[in-house]
Amino acid sequence: MTTTVPASRAKRSVRGGLLRLAAAVTTPLLPEDYLDLVAPLRSADLRGRILAVRPETPDAATLVIRPGRGWRGHTPGQYVRLGVDVDGVRQWRAYSVTSAPGRRADPITVTVKAIPDGLVSNHLVRRLRPGTVVQLDQAQGDFVLPEPAPRRVLFLTAGSGITPVMGMLRAGALAGADVVVVHSAPTATDVIFGAELRRLAADGVIRLVERHTDTDGLLGVADLDALVPDHLDRETWACGPVGLLDALEEHWTSRGCADRLHTERFRPTVVTPGEGGTLTFARAAVTVEADGATPILDAGERAGVLMPSGCRMGICFGCVVPLRQGAVRDLRNGQLTTAVPGDGVLVQTCVSAAAGPCDLDL
Amino acid sequence: MTVLQKKPDNPIAHLTAEDIETIGRELDAIRDRVVASRGERDAAYIRRVITTQRRLELGSRAVLLFSLFPPAWVVGTAGLAVAKILENMEIGHNVLHGQWDWMRDPKIHSTTWEWDHVSPADQWKHSHNELHHRYTNVVGKDNDLGYGIMRVDEDQPWHPMHLGQPLWNFLNACFFEYGIAAYDLELGKNLQRGRHRDPQFRARAKAVGRKIRRQVLKDYVLHPLLSGPSFLSTLAATFTANLIRNLWSHSVIMCGHFPEGVETFEKRSIEGETRGEWYLRQMLGSANISGSRLLHLMTGNLSFQIEHHLFPDLPSNRYQEIAPEVRALFDRYGLRYTTGSLPRQVFSAWRKVFRLSLPNRTPAAASPADPSPADDRPARVLAPSLGG
Repeated sequence: MTTTVPASRAKRSVRGGLLRLAAAVTTPLLPEDYLDLVAPLRSADLRGRILAVRPETPDAATLVIRPGRGWRGHTPGQYVRLGVDVDGVRQWRAYSVTSAPGRRADPITVTVKAIPDGLVSNHLVRRLRPGTVVQLDQAQGDFVLPEPAPRRVLFLTAGSGITPVMGMLRAGALAGADVVVVHSAPTATDVIFGAELRRLAADGVIRLVERHTDTDGLLGVADLDALVPDHLDRETWACGPVGLLDALEEHWTSRGCADRLHTERFRPTVVTPGEGGTLTFARAAVTVEADGATPILDAGERAGVLMPSGCRMGICFGCVVPLRQGAVRDLRNGQLTTAVPGDGVLVQTCVSAAAGPCDLDL
Repeated sequence: MTVLQKKPDNPIAHLTAEDIETIGRELDAIRDRVVASRGERDAAYIRRVITTQRRLELGSRAVLLFSLFPPAWVVGTAGLAVAKILENMEIGHNVLHGQWDWMRDPKIHSTTWEWDHVSPADQWKHSHNELHHRYTNVVGKDNDLGYGIMRVDEDQPWHPMHLGQPLWNFLNACFFEYGIAAYDLELGKNLQRGRHRDPQFRARAKAVGRKIRRQVLKDYVLHPLLSGPSFLSTLAATFTANLIRNLWSHSVIMCGHFPEGVETFEKRSIEGETRGEWYLRQMLGSANISGSRLLHLMTGNLSFQIEHHLFPDLPSNRYQEIAPEVRALFDRYGLRYTTGSLPRQVFSAWRKVFRLSLPNRTPAAASPADPSPADDRPARVLAPSLGG
């Protein structure tokens, strides 16, 4: 059937020609700029419409989002970058998808916990109204279950760390497996998805260990031997604050089982403040002094540069920018990255600070 | 006007260096307050203007598909002219100033915006934001003073070419967007000095050529073609809308720096200029237009030229809000806040174009090289650090 190839090519070139013609008619804008007036979800830029905001706990809410055209779906455990205008300023944050994968047009959910002084999380939990159009990015992340799913699993979570795990549980990939969930929250009412988790436990789908830290104290690694005696034999996924994850990683590593522990981190740990330097954003014609403890992302944004950004915690690479020349220090581990012209080294601006003069390709 | 330093009645002679720095600090405080309060309301404003403009343009172009029918021609042409004016003035000019960059919306950002104008955005940003706003009204540095084809200040040397400047100005008004493109390209200077082979100049000229082709193809080929039997009438309508936009923006922009009462400055005076002195130069070098809210919108709030020149990157919808405060500051320090209605200011600017097409009559300001009595005055008020 050789004829199909030229036919489809011809079809493509007709389509391309029509698009070019439409662009010539609307120049200097694009046809989609006018399409946005009536159908913002059909834009080439991925967007989503908030269908509902459902309270989960006193300080957490689930956003039901209808993704626009171009959404490619997600794997349970992955996160999605979400861009929302707070006080008129576009802010990007990453949130785990908590809904089970469905068909492409199906709504997805993310669950957000308002953190104290959290600009975006408080806006999403308390002020976001249904009908709002938000910016989206494709789902990303490797905090996912392998195929086939392991038979014995431990989930170790704290606070909103339950969200990627909920996505996995709801997807049903672990049906029939031996699943233990150890979850920490200040009180019983603070447990996000508390009712749903307890129901899963009652139905025998999971074994649930709730740790209410206001009364029981923080979960220590030593507690694991009593709570889940076979924890080292299980494939373990952990998500929560840095302190917990550091302790877990040390524990699993010291027992020689590091390969069975999978973690998802919320925030970078600042280890070594560098000496800072001058940041040059040549295309934006901005030069700014930054100290060695300020992420390049923050320094750039404060100077008015349109910085790409994402999770702001060093995991999503939505903020990556080519470093043409200079040196940056990774705020999480103090690692130095240097670049000379032509290297095209990409740096994560949200967790990198200047360690000398930096020339960034922005 | 003559350069401030040569004026017999120097309008800032009564200010001490300390006064000037105090004015600067007061203006900084106004700026800080606006920056701190930028938010949702402002974002909603610019998005509303953009949405309205796009609907109006789309609607007008749709009506013009039937432009053979005279009422459709009139309505479509008027709508398209207004849409183009909004696009260039309140949206394009201000977005390209970075007034909305703080929203971090890549679709409304000075680095990504392209406007309905034959001068490519990046070339315009250079000549306007970097040069004109930095060297405002400095004779010999700010090419906006007469755009290099006219003499609009007594201290600009007279040349017989200036006899024709009322005609040049009228032609420039009719084809203003092309005038600006040539100006941003520094076409005259580059051709005169034989720089037309310079690869940098050629690249920029090519970019202008591409932009012109795209604009002409859209306005004078594609939309007329889409109109079918109305081809010629749509072509005439688009030409008329562009002409109206050109005449309007030329008039508004003339009112910004050319009317009587606006001061100019000599090159040396800005050496070592302090922030306060920079502010003062903007205050005295600009003129406002008084009028209704609709007028302010249609001028892209350049009717608040003084406020715009003080704070070029503040959102345009805020100029009107801070204007009373800025004016009170002028009054407090005995400075002239130049303003007037649109017809008055346009007339004033045109009168100057005619007057200065002839050589100076008063010997006091004969030529910048001539020593004049005013030079004996402590004329270095704007840069006291350099001494007289």
